[in-house]
Amino acid sequence: MTENYEAVVTENYKVAIIGSGPAGLSAAARAAACGLQHILLEKAPHLSDTIYKYQKGKLVMAAPDVLPLRSDLTFKIGAREEVLGAWDRQTADIKTNVRRQAEVTGISGEKGNFTLKLAGGETLTAEFVVFSIGLQGNIRKLGVPGQDRDWVQYQLDDPAEYEGETIVVVGAGDAGIENALALAKQNNVIIINRGDDFVRAKQGNFIGITTAIEKDEIGCFYNAETVLVEDDGIMLATPQGETKVKCDRVIARLGAMPPRKFVEACGIKFPNNDPSALPELSPQYESNVPGLYIIGALAGYPLIKQAMNQGYEVIEYIQGKNLKPADEPLLEEKFAGIPGNRTVDEVLEFIKSSVPLLAGLTTLQLREFLIDSNVHTPKAGDIIFERNDYTNSFFSIIDGGVNIHVDSLDQTRIVQLGKGDFFGEMGLLSGRRRTATVLANAPSLLIETPRRSMIKLINSVAAVKRVMDEVTVGRQIQTYIAPGIPMGDLADVIRSVRIEKFDQGQVLFREGDEGDGLYLIQRGSVTVSREISGKESVISYVAAGNYIGEMALISNAPRSATIRAAVAVEALRLDGAPFRQLMARNVTVRRAMEASYRGRMMANLETTKQPEAGGIIQFLVAQGLGEATDVLLIEESLCVRCDNCEKACAETHQGTSRLDREAGPTYETLHVPTSCRHCEHPHCMADCPPDALRRNPNGEVYITDSCIGCGNCERNCPYGVIHMAAVAPKKPGLLQWLLFGRGPGPGADMTVESKKSKQKTDPAPKKAVKCDMCKDVDGGPACVRACPTGAAARVKPEHFFKIVSQGL
Amino acid sequence: MFQSILIFRNFRYLKWALAVSLFALISYFAFEPFDGNRNGGTWAGYALGTIGALLIVWLMWFGIRKRRYGGGGASVEDWLSAHVYLGLALIVVATLHTGFQFGWNVHTLAYALMVIVILSGVFGLFAYLRVPELMTQNRRGVTLELMMREIASLDAECRAAALPLGDEVNQLVLDAAERTKIGGGVRRILSGKDRNCPTGAAIRGVQHLAEHTVSDNAEGFRALLMLLARKEDLLGRARRDVRFKSLLDIWLYMHVPVSFSLLVALIAHIVSVFFYW
Repeated sequence: MTENYEAVVTENYKVAIIGSGPAGLSAAARAAACGLQHILLEKAPHLSDTIYKYQKGKLVMAAPDVLPLRSDLTFKIGAREEVLGAWDRQTADIKTNVRRQAEVTGISGEKGNFTLKLAGGETLTAEFVVFSIGLQGNIRKLGVPGQDRDWVQYQLDDPAEYEGETIVVVGAGDAGIENALALAKQNNVIIINRGDDFVRAKQGNFIGITTAIEKDEIGCFYNAETVLVEDDGIMLATPQGETKVKCDRVIARLGAMPPRKFVEACGIKFPNNDPSALPELSPQYESNVPGLYIIGALAGYPLIKQAMNQGYEVIEYIQGKNLKPADEPLLEEKFAGIPGNRTVDEVLEFIKSSVPLLAGLTTLQLREFLIDSNVHTPKAGDIIFERNDYTNSFFSIIDGGVNIHVDSLDQTRIVQLGKGDFFGEMGLLSGRRRTATVLANAPSLLIETPRRSMIKLINSVAAVKRVMDEVTVGRQIQTYIAPGIPMGDLADVIRSVRIEKFDQGQVLFREGDEGDGLYLIQRGSVTVSREISGKESVISYVAAGNYIGEMALISNAPRSATIRAAVAVEALRLDGAPFRQLMARNVTVRRAMEASYRGRMMANLETTKQPEAGGIIQFLVAQGLGEATDVLLIEESLCVRCDNCEKACAETHQGTSRLDREAGPTYETLHVPTSCRHCEHPHCMADCPPDALRRNPNGEVYITDSCIGCGNCERNCPYGVIHMAAVAPKKPGLLQWLLFGRGPGPGADMTVESKKSKQKTDPAPKKAVKCDMCKDVDGGPACVRACPTGAAARVKPEHFFKIVSQGL
Repeated sequence: MFQSILIFRNFRYLKWALAVSLFALISYFAFEPFDGNRNGGTWAGYALGTIGALLIVWLMWFGIRKRRYGGGGASVEDWLSAHVYLGLALIVVATLHTGFQFGWNVHTLAYALMVIVILSGVFGLFAYLRVPELMTQNRRGVTLELMMREIASLDAECRAAALPLGDEVNQLVLDAAERTKIGGGVRRILSGKDRNCPTGAAIRGVQHLAEHTVSDNAEGFRALLMLLARKEDLLGRARRDVRFKSLLDIWLYMHVPVSFSLLVALIAHIVSVFFYW
C-alpha cells in the first residue's frame, strides 16, 4: 500500500465483504477461488477477531456434526491456534484479497454501485456487499489521550493472571463490576463510576460491589470521568477537582456499539425492537436492500460451520448460481417419513399453506425452524404427550388433528384441534409440567419444535408473537380459571386481559388496596404476605398456573394480603367487572372461585398459627427457590459433615461433584447448598450455541455431549451451580484400592492424580457440568441416597412450602 | 421429610433388632443343655455364634456399601439405621453366645474387641445426634474458612491500631498475630480451648498496660481492645468448630481399626474352636 492518499483513487470491486470471521473468510475464499474481483475488510489487525480473542488453547468445536461443511477453507475441531493458523495459511494460498485494519464507517449507493467509506477517509466501490460482522460490535474506548497505551485494556481474559497490581476498572456496568470483583481477590482495585450508584447492575453484582466498597476491598470514585491516561496512572475529573490515580493497569469496560445501529444506518430493517431480533433475509441471504447480503451470527447463525457454509453460498448466489442449501439432505431425511414422496420445497410450501402461525416466516427461517424440529406422524390414538410431563416443546398440526384431555378426572372433557392449529404453548410459557394429555385423533402430521427455537422465532417474527399471545390468553383462562366454559362465553373477559410484567421483588398489589381484578400467573411465582404485628410476614407462595386476587373480588373488601414477585413474573390481569358478570352467569366458575376463597382463607389462618413458617418461606424465596422445580436441601441438625453427598456426586459423574455442600446460606438449621434447582425457565438454557442444555420429561435440566465448552451457561446461572471441568481419569476398583492400595480410593479427590497426568498429555477439554438429578443413576439422586443420616433431601418447592406452612 | 436414623422408617430396624434379640433370648433359655452348662458349644450356642458372626461380617460390609455410590437397592440411611440397631442387638446375641464364660483366651479377646467396637459406635451415634446442631449454632452461617480469613484481617487491623501505642503493646499484638494457633494436639482440639492462647494473653496485657500507663491515647487502647476481643470471639468459635468436627470423626479412628482386629480375632476364634473340637 502507498502512503500517498492525495490522489484519491477509488477502487472497484465486484463484491466487498465486511468482517473476516468464519462467514466472511469463507465468502472471500470462495470469491477468490471463483476469480471474482473482491475485497475482505477487517477492522482488527488480524483475521477472525472473535475467535482470536478466545482464551489461549481453547478448543474450537465443529458443531453440528451432521451438517456437511461447504467451503474452500478447511475446518475441524481443534485448538484455537490450529484453527486460526490453518485459515491464515489457506487465505494466503487461495490469494484472498484481505485488507486488515480497515474499518467501514458507512455504506451508500445501491445494487451494482455501493460506496464504502473507511475509517481513514478512503472510499471504495463494490457491486455487492456482504455483511459478516458478527454480534460483538465495536468496543467503546475511553475516548481520551493515551487510550491505546499497552497497559490500557478493554477486556479481561483471566483475572487470575494478575497479582499484586493496582488496577483501575472504568465502567459501572455488569462487565466492569464482575472484573473488579474477580481482580480484587489478589489485586488492589479501584472502580470508576460515572454516576453516583450501581443501580443499573444485576442484583448480585450490585450487592457484591456495594459490599466490597463498604468493606474497603475495592476503592471507588463516583461521578468521575477519565480525562487522560499518563505514563504511570490515570487522570480523573471528580466533583472535588482533578485527581491522579497511580496504577499498573487500566481495564475499561464501557460496552460495545451494537452492530445493529450500523446495520440499520445502511438501510437494513429489523422486524422489531427486541435486542435479539434478526434482520429479515431472503433465502439467498439478501436483505431488504437489494445487493446487500447478511451472513453469520448477525443473520442468526452463531455456529462456525453454518457461517462458513453461508459464506460459500452467498458468493454462489451473487454470481447468479442456483444452489441447494447445505441443509437440503438434512431436511430430506427429516421429511422421509411424510407420506406422498414430496420434495423438500413441496413440503415447505405445504407447511406454509397449512399452518397460519408459520405463514409469515421467510423460507430461510422456516428451514432453520424445521432443522431444529422433529416431524411426527402419529396414528389415531397415539399419545403425543401426557399430563405432568416436563417437556416444553411446541407442536404445530400440519395435517390431521388431536384431542386434548383437559380434565384428569373427567375423560369426556375434550378439546379438539385440527389442521393449522398448535398446542404445547402453555408448558413453553410457564416452564412447568404439561397441563393436559394430548392424543392424535386421526393419522396426523405434526411438527415438534424445541423451546429454544420457538422462543427465537417468537422474538424475531412479530406475527408469531401476536398470534401466540391471542390464543394462549384464552386457553390459559380456560385451563386454570374457567374449565369447561366455551371460548365464546369468555370473550368479554378475554378482551379485558392485559399481560403485565413484574420484576423480582415488585409488588402486584398491596394489603389494604382497593381490589379490582384477578391475576393469573403465567410465568414465575409470587409470595403472599400480610402485616402481622407491624411487620410484613410471608404467609405463602403461589406458583405459575394459579390465580390470585379472587378474595377481594368475591368479598368486595380491600386486598387482604400483599403480593410480591418472587422472580420475574408475567401475569394476566383480568378486569373485575366482566369477571363478576361471568361469575353471575356461570355457576361453575363462581363455585370454583368460592371454594378457592375458602381454601385460601383457611390456609392463611393456618399460617398465622405457624409464624416461623413465614420466615422459612421468605428465606427460601430469597434464595431463588421461587423459580426452582426441584432443589437440594440439607437439615443441618442431622448433617454430620461427612461430605458423602459430594463424594457420591463425583463418583457417579466423571469425578466432578456438581454440588458444594458447605457453600450456600443457612436459615436456622435449614441449609441450601450450591446445587442446581432445575429452574422453571432455566437461565443456563438461554444462550447455548449447540443447544446442549435439555430438559427431560421428568424435569431434570442436563447437558448433552454436544457441549462445546463455551461457558455461557456458567455465566448465565445466577446460582453458580454450573462449572467447567475436564473428565477425570478412571479410578481403580474398590477391592483393588482396599487390598492393594491402588489409589485414589472411593470418594477421594482425583484432581491431584489428574494434575500429575496433565503434564504428560494435553489437558482434556473442559466442558460444562451440572447436576442432572442422576437421571442415569439407579435409584435416583446419589447425593440423597448416599447421605447416611437423612440430612439431605431433594424437594419440590411448592410441596415443601405446603409442608412448612402446616408445620414441619 | 428429614428423619434421623433412629426414627427412620417408623423404627423399622429397631423392630428387626428387637426380633433378633428376642430370638436370641428365647433360644438361650428354651434350650436346656445336657450338663446344664450354657456355652458356645451347645446347639443354641452354635446357632447364636453363627448369627453373631454373620452379623459382624454384615455390619462391616457397611464400609463397602457406603463407598459404592452408583447402585440401586436400599439407601445408605437404611443401611446406617440398620447398622446401628443390629449392631446394638449384637451385644445381646454375642453375650448369650458366650454363656457368660470369660477367660484369658482368644475367644474372650474377640468378645472384648467387639464390645470396644460397639461402645465406640455408641459414642459416634451420640456425637451424630448431638453435635451437628451445636455446630450450626456455633457457625452462625459462616464457614471455617471465612472465620480464618476474618481472623487474618483482624490481625492486620490490630497491628495497625497498635502502632501508636508503644513497643510493649506492639510486641503483644505481634505475638498474638504470629503465635496464635487453632488446633494442635488431640487434647487441645477436643477441649476446644487454648489456655495459653497468645491472643488472650495480649488482651490481658493490653488491658494491664492501658490501666497502668499514663497515655493520652485512651481511645487508641479502647479501639485495639475491641479488635482483640472480636478476634478472641472468632478464635473461640473456630476452635469449637474444629472441636465439633473432630468429635464427629475421632471415634472412627477407634471403631474402624478395632473392627478389623475383631475380624481377625473372630477368625482365630472360629478356627480354634473347630480345631480343638
